[in-house]
Amino acid sequence: MSQATLRVQKISGHAGTVPGEDTQRQYTVCKLIDTTTCIGCKACEVACMEWNDLPFGETVFGNTYQTMPETRWNYWNLILFNEHEREDGTLMWLMRKNQCMHCADPGCLKACPADGAIIQYTNGIVDFQQANCIGCGYCITGCPFNIPKFNPETKRVFKCTLCTDRVSEGLEPACIKSCPTGCLHFGSKDDMKELAETRAKQLREHSNFPNAGVYDPAGVGGTGVIYVLHDATQPELYGGLPKYPVIPWTVKLWKGPLKWLGNAAMIGGLIGLFVHYLRFGPKTREEDLEIPHEGAQP
Amino acid sequence: MTASAPPGQVSDQVLPGHVLRYTFRERLVHWLAAFSYIYLLLTGLAFWSPWLFWLAVILGGAPVSRMLHPWIGLIFFAGIMQMFALWASQMGLTAVDWEWFGAIGHYIRNEDEDMPPAGRYNAGQKLLFWGFILFGVLLLLSGVVLWFPEKIPWSLRYLRYIAVLVHASSALATIGLFLIHVYMGVFAERGAIDSVIHGDVTEEFVRRYHPGWYKELVGSSAPRK
Repeated sequence: MSQATLRVQKISGHAGTVPGEDTQRQYTVCKLIDTTTCIGCKACEVACMEWNDLPFGETVFGNTYQTMPETRWNYWNLILFNEHEREDGTLMWLMRKNQCMHCADPGCLKACPADGAIIQYTNGIVDFQQANCIGCGYCITGCPFNIPKFNPETKRVFKCTLCTDRVSEGLEPACIKSCPTGCLHFGSKDDMKELAETRAKQLREHSNFPNAGVYDPAGVGGTGVIYVLHDATQPELYGGLPKYPVIPWTVKLWKGPLKWLGNAAMIGGLIGLFVHYLRFGPKTREEDLEIPHEGAQP
Repeated sequence: MTASAPPGQVSDQVLPGHVLRYTFRERLVHWLAAFSYIYLLLTGLAFWSPWLFWLAVILGGAPVSRMLHPWIGLIFFAGIMQMFALWASQMGLTAVDWEWFGAIGHYIRNEDEDMPPAGRYNAGQKLLFWGFILFGVLLLLSGVVLWFPEKIPWSLRYLRYIAVLVHASSALATIGLFLIHVYMGVFAERGAIDSVIHGDVTEEFVRRYHPGWYKELVGSSAPRK
């Protein structure tokens, strides 16, 4: 849903400039998820469905506490559970609230061909505008986090909006509001980064997690959702969080050099053929191919 | 079923002094592929560049274009498969064809009298044919992935990554072939566009552009002079 009070900085599939770009400065917002204090209560999952008016769907049991294998078009917020066995043989629950990461350089937006179907607000939120979506699913290909999900009935793609409607009114996202342990925080990117680093330092120095750190992957320009992990060297343990997420290189090639090469070749080809016609003309003129009239034939 | 099919068939009547170049079936298949290709080209270009997105808007809206593009793609593929059945046996490259490629400079400068004698299809036409077959298959394979991207599990996501690149590159290659094909047929080689509508060409056309084929025709059924 479009939020009039928010300014836009990037528009998918858009020719020309971005209207209203740079007319207003806004804080880049950020959600901080401290996986070390998450208890897997799923209050955030329920709050997300409640606030966004998403219908209740069937859950899928997969031998863990996890609600379903992955997010759905109508289930944007899912805690991924991993019962991790440490080197000393002890067990440890790794729980990560998974949702759209709101990349600074969003692969979905880069891949999208539909004008205005994906926009990035000046505050960094990446939002799908289903009214402009054409259902091609290129965003699914562009996303390194497996987030955009297709609704086969409406042929539109959906994902977490970071509660743009709440944020534009100065409220925090619904998931943040619901968290009972305070493992979720919301604020400016700078503030959240600082808070996360402080917490990671605390974990390293006082809680025997020497590899604790902050997940804010540079490959996608940093994200609007950052994690504190017990072991930042192994993000994959947290439900397959990619260590170096990047927009797939084929997508970059397709939307970058191939596009310009292709355009140059097509326009150059048209000009070339036209010039060829001016220079050499047709191979023959029609009259050369005419056969003699019936009467003139022997 | 070649051009030596006897004149006088209801659908393939040939005027005096003319030679049947394309049978009714060949013409039908050509236009089936041609019209479906043009739709695919226009909607494909709309998804290719934001500057051309308006093409999808005038063709009924981008969601409609997105929905129809794969289906029309299947029709196009059926068309080129028919072409394969009709023409593959005539499209093998011969020694003359390789000479033809070597002399392509003459062809570009309209010095057709200096070209090695082409058969029913010259080497360029054969290249066009095989290009469309090859890229048509690649477009179909990658197109199926792009049709249902949401059905590809995350573990096989590389299929999607490959498909976007293959689909766009193959489409660009066919656009190159298409532009040259239309230019040759409509503008450069007068008589060619008529031949694929009405089916026949003048004997002079055959003698000029397909001397190898002309020799065959004269040798076998001796068309009237």
